[in-house]
Amino acid sequence: MDTILKLLEENAQLTAEQLAVMLGKSEEEVKAAIKRYEDEGVIRGYTALVDWDKTDREYVSAIIEIKVTPQRDRGYDRIAEKIINYPEVKSVMLVSGGFDLLVTIEGKTLKEVAYFVANKLAPMEGVLSTATHFVLKKYKDKGIVYGAPEVDERGNIM
Amino acid sequence: MIDYGRLLSPKVQALKPSGIRKFFDMLDEMKDAVSLTVGQPDFVTPWHIREAAIESLERGRTYYTSNSGLAELREEIARYQKRRFGLEYDPRSEIIVTIGGSEAIDLAIRTIVCPGDEVILPVPAFVCYEPLIRLAGGEPVLIKTKEENRFRLTPDELRAAITPKTKLLILPYPNNPTGAVMGKEDVAAIAEILCGTDILVLSDEIYAELTYNGKHVSIALMPGMRERTVIAAGFSKAYAMTGWRLGYTLAPAEITRQMAKVHQFAIMCAPTQSQYAAIEALRAGDEDIEEMKAEYDRRRRYIVDRLRKLGLPCFEPEGAFYVFPNIGGFGMTSEQFCERLLFEEKVAIVPGTAFGECGEGFARISYAYSIKHIDTALERIGKFIERLKK
Repeated sequence: MDTILKLLEENAQLTAEQLAVMLGKSEEEVKAAIKRYEDEGVIRGYTALVDWDKTDREYVSAIIEIKVTPQRDRGYDRIAEKIINYPEVKSVMLVSGGFDLLVTIEGKTLKEVAYFVANKLAPMEGVLSTATHFVLKKYKDKGIVYGAPEVDERGNIM
Repeated sequence: MIDYGRLLSPKVQALKPSGIRKFFDMLDEMKDAVSLTVGQPDFVTPWHIREAAIESLERGRTYYTSNSGLAELREEIARYQKRRFGLEYDPRSEIIVTIGGSEAIDLAIRTIVCPGDEVILPVPAFVCYEPLIRLAGGEPVLIKTKEENRFRLTPDELRAAITPKTKLLILPYPNNPTGAVMGKEDVAAIAEILCGTDILVLSDEIYAELTYNGKHVSIALMPGMRERTVIAAGFSKAYAMTGWRLGYTLAPAEITRQMAKVHQFAIMCAPTQSQYAAIEALRAGDEDIEEMKAEYDRRRRYIVDRLRKLGLPCFEPEGAFYVFPNIGGFGMTSEQFCERLLFEEKVAIVPGTAFGECGEGFARISYAYSIKHIDTALERIGKFIERLKK
């Protein structure tokens, strides 16, 4: 049933009825599968991809690289679990390479984001250093290309 | 003033322009119409294939290739056909790389058909065959395939159409516009009739990769058929490469040698950049095909289900990316139905009569569109039908 996951990842708006027809299954089967995925935490949620640049919301986002000291027994978990509590933090990932945690955060202004890094993240126990990259322009996110909507220019040929 | 009517070829002048042009002209005027008319994939050619063409340009490969196409490409075509369909053709003597499937069809017809020959053509079918037969001086013998036979050519229909003048049978499956396919038993039954005759077959297999209930079976695989079959194939539909204009013929060396002359003098060779892209497609594109096909299949199921729920009888198409619903139950011709749908609900579908008179009572709907787009169009078609039923 992995196809259901793939299709929902591309378009979470597909209904169980639509998925059932497309995959040649019954609606009940599809509903049960989705429920199971949700219960097991395979499906973590459904959101819309919003291009905030197209709205009048004051908005900046930044990617922050953080180097931390891993803690005995708990490794990186403890510090990561602390960081996820801040509502301005949108994602936290442990990554390989030159730093440890990759955090994305959102705020209204550069100042607000800078304040958060300087006063909340950097002083946190176990944080060795941070590097903040403000997002200037988004070209593609979660498989969706940002930019002008595509026009169908295919010719009608007979 | 020159009297062109007296000077220009009567054969060409007698050709009817594609009947659908008028309809498309109307559609072009309506910018806000939702169209389900396009006969080509909505996918973009996979990036790795496009990159191969770009690389060929960067390396300055801007020359002609040999007439039959790059040797490397012909070898990859032979491997691909063996791998995907079990067909075996010699890349040196039995393959010509052409400008799309269209040129492949043209080559075969011009090489085979002589004035006075009869060419059997199951219809509805793509619009190019009949004019090409006429240009070659041949006489098209149309077999009207039936909805209750799932638009397949039956042995009885074929037997009834054969005369001593029959030279060629055109087998356009998987079919545009009906979405019909011919299964193994179907082509076996046709093959049985043709074996031992002097009738050749042009099998148009441009949609061979897009079949949804089992793999396409070429008639050339049936006993005794390879020697009498020309296969027209190409990259447009399987790899979403319509604009690259690249196809090929597969045929016994004797036929290929003759077709190669027509190709050489009319075309020289297919575009070089497209040929390099095609090599990449054949080497690393099997997965692209499967992914696109899976998506077409989901849309196919979806659109057939929706149309039936709207009350439009719709035979289950098993190939290509078209559905061919029966719209004859409303007391209108196909053209009237489609025109009213266009003006009243701003949805464009192609009247079945664009594919000949035999398409009366039907319309072709393409599902080479996103589900969202299909949804919008079907909602409007639903409203239209509700109104008609009142």
